[in-house]
Amino acid sequence: MKNRVIKVDQLARVEGEGAIFVKISEGKVVDSKLRIYEPPRFFEAFLRGRNYGEAPDITARICGICPVAYQMSAVHAMEDAFGVTVDGQLRALRRLIYCGEWIESHVLHVYMLHAPDFLGYEDALLLARDKPDLVKTALRMKKIGNDIVRLVGGREIHPINVKVGGFYRVPRKKQLQELVDDLKWGRDRAVDTARVTSTFDFPDLEQDYDFVCLHHPDEYPFIGGRFISSRGLDIAISEYEFHFEERHLPHSNALHSVQKGVGAYHVGPLARFNLNFEQLTPLARETAKELGCMPPVRNPFRSIIVRSIETIYAFEEALRLIAQYEEPDEPAVRVYPHAGIGFGASEAPRGTLYHRYRLDDEGVIVDAKIVPPTAQNQPSIEADIRKFVAGHIDMDREELTLRVEQTVRNYDPCISCATHFVKIEWE
Amino acid sequence: MNDSILIIGLGNEYRSDDGLGIYAAREIRRRKIPGVAVAELAGEGTSLMQAWSGRSRVILIDAISSGAQAGEIHRLDVATDPIPSHYFHYSSHAFGVAEAVGLARTLHRVPDVLLLFGIEGKQFDAGPGLTDPVLRSMPDLLALIELDLCRLGRHGAMPDTPGHSAVV
Repeated sequence: MKNRVIKVDQLARVEGEGAIFVKISEGKVVDSKLRIYEPPRFFEAFLRGRNYGEAPDITARICGICPVAYQMSAVHAMEDAFGVTVDGQLRALRRLIYCGEWIESHVLHVYMLHAPDFLGYEDALLLARDKPDLVKTALRMKKIGNDIVRLVGGREIHPINVKVGGFYRVPRKKQLQELVDDLKWGRDRAVDTARVTSTFDFPDLEQDYDFVCLHHPDEYPFIGGRFISSRGLDIAISEYEFHFEERHLPHSNALHSVQKGVGAYHVGPLARFNLNFEQLTPLARETAKELGCMPPVRNPFRSIIVRSIETIYAFEEALRLIAQYEEPDEPAVRVYPHAGIGFGASEAPRGTLYHRYRLDDEGVIVDAKIVPPTAQNQPSIEADIRKFVAGHIDMDREELTLRVEQTVRNYDPCISCATHFVKIEWE
Repeated sequence: MNDSILIIGLGNEYRSDDGLGIYAAREIRRRKIPGVAVAELAGEGTSLMQAWSGRSRVILIDAISSGAQAGEIHRLDVATDPIPSHYFHYSSHAFGVAEAVGLARTLHRVPDVLLLFGIEGKQFDAGPGLTDPVLRSMPDLLALIELDLCRLGRHGAMPDTPGHSAVV
């Protein structure tokens, strides 16, 4: 093999569509690109001139998989601009709805999108043909996440009950307690899931990533906190743009995020797990220890185990929040709009999602900035592809193509957040 | 089992023609047809399966991208016929409608009646609103769906329909 071009026109099992381009020359990888076509910041432009209260609903529609993340980053940014703090049971409900989204998204990715790669199935349909009980279990687990989002968010897709300051209405204690038996069942199945995924055969790929995520001293991160990194960064959310920037590269219509002076970085489950291990629940930590999956995990293929461990956490955290739930007196904190800039960040299932808004005196959005997790991971994904292909240069082309797609799927890229159509090409 | 007919509009209203299922579903909801429930979903397959769980008669409305002329109306009886793999080439969801139907078939979770209606889209870029070819076809799409609703309401089950998978 002297010169080789590999093109994959559609990236299967990634939300959205994408293209990977890999060029091999004289037995060496000379180029790799994940090409994503971003609508030219449509949503940022679309938000300009709209009332602050519309941002949670509009941004929730950027992605059908992680609407809660968009809503949470948006409401926190608005509350930051208006100097409002939402805490107590309202904040607990926000964490609860986030648990629901993590369960939905992680279970979908682990079982329907990622596990088939490791088990030798082309897709989840073929997996279901051989192992229907496994897939039925996954569907039931995911439904529990949907149930949480529907109950707290008003409906399971594009929740309508979330607003700046809190919620339009809050659930009754009894309604939440009705979820408890299912959550306990789901927690146990999540432990099973972690055990099963830990037996998979993981390709040999280790990267010295700079992991970046939110951190809170007492909580595994969902919303708020500070940005930290594995190389010692520790900054407020409002300082994000001093340390990170988006660059436009010719091969991609999407912006690439880099850490100034560092370059590529890695957001998502591996970052959270490696930097917040102590904030996991005892069961999640013990399961990780039992499975020999301890931080730092630097093999991106092992993210499927970490997602499973985070799923244990999400079920357990939901149980804890429900056990401590008391209906708040008011469903929301009163908000008084005024001119200002607000910053918000939260941990979408696939990584950190940053929002920044500038508002006028009436609370109308003057400008908006949204940095989705996939844009932040794009340089790391490309680096992984280069390293993986370089280490498997003589692999059968069909197998190598599948493995490269799997390499991208390690990141659970919600390409529809950052892009529209993405295709994969080998050259 | 819920006896009402469930109509599910699929898509993203901020992705041009991808939102046509959402707009169509809202119009049907506005007409308040007795015995018809309406839902909107983004298109993620497992949520779709959950939405039709417990329903015997379901109609899906989605944008189609099969290479046909923009504005062409599609009607498929997907309870019996597979969805052509190229139908949702530009779907934003890799585990989407076709996969949901396939998985439901494997797990024996397909409703007795499952119809898919759609219009061939022209543009799927981010942005609100439908393109002209889709807008022009929308009244015909709604009329065809109402025709099926009448048949379903009157007979309680799908009659024999010639030309499955036909482009109408």
